[in-house]
Amino acid sequence: MDIQLKRGLLDVCVLAAIKNEDSYGYQIIKDMKPYLELSESTLYTILKRLETADMLTVRSAEHGGRLRKYYHITGKGLARIEEFRDDWKEILPIYQFITREEAEHE
Amino acid sequence: MSKETFLKTLREKLSFLPQEDLEERLAFYGEMIDDRIEEGMTEEEAAAAIGTAEEIAEQVMSEIPLSKLVIKKMKPKRKLRTWEIVLLALGSPVWIPLLAAAAVVLICVYAVIWTIVICIYAVTVSFAGGAVLSVPGAVQYISRGNLPGAVFVLGAGIFLAGLSILMIFVSIWITKKAAKITSRLLLWIKSLFIRKENKES
Repeated sequence: MDIQLKRGLLDVCVLAAIKNEDSYGYQIIKDMKPYLELSESTLYTILKRLETADMLTVRSAEHGGRLRKYYHITGKGLARIEEFRDDWKEILPIYQFITREEAEHE
Repeated sequence: MSKETFLKTLREKLSFLPQEDLEERLAFYGEMIDDRIEEGMTEEEAAAAIGTAEEIAEQVMSEIPLSKLVIKKMKPKRKLRTWEIVLLALGSPVWIPLLAAAAVVLICVYAVIWTIVICIYAVTVSFAGGAVLSVPGAVQYISRGNLPGAVFVLGAGIFLAGLSILMIFVSIWITKKAAKITSRLLLWIKSLFIRKENKES
């Protein structure tokens, strides 16, 4: 996939991965794997960016005798997903225009 | 490589980061390794799955904007003493031109790299141009009744056409290389700031 396009999608994908329930780093990577391959370093940068933008909050919780960081989506994060949904509504007709068959407009 | 060794190597490679940032990152990678081990991987496999410390350090470095490194480097760790400010001001006729010269040298290196690229394209275009012009050239020879001359010019034209097609591939390759070299150069400039930082601390 085009690198610019992928970059734009990554933030929203990470938000979507924690949308329904709080999640942790490795789980997010596993959840996204079928759709988008991302490295630990990239995920760290995205999580940091989203945290700074108040789209998610971080809490540490005990797990198997060690601490694990869990990420929780905020109202602002949910709004970002909504925004993506609205954008997509505009993109879809454009996509159809781009990929339309020759026969259709004759 | 065990988790311990991996994190230790990574700590060394990322030592240019501010302390707090570094600890947070290491904790993040440590958690990733633990989670993989919990899933059944061995410690070595889990560490290997994260990538090498070198790769991570390079990615982190390329993500930090150069301006941030410069600012971090330029910002004095303590308040400047009066005599230091005086010295800086008095020394400005010396260090400002030196700094400007260094910047100009870097710009020149960039310019040279991209000039080479432009040259290669110019050669390609001139080969192609020669090939095209060989046709009217050959016509000229024929109109003068010089058939061997015409055959020679046409042959040379075909040879040039072949060369220019070959050169297109060379040009593309060179362009990619140049792009790689310039991005490497940026990394190197960043590493200059980082290395000095390490020595001071």
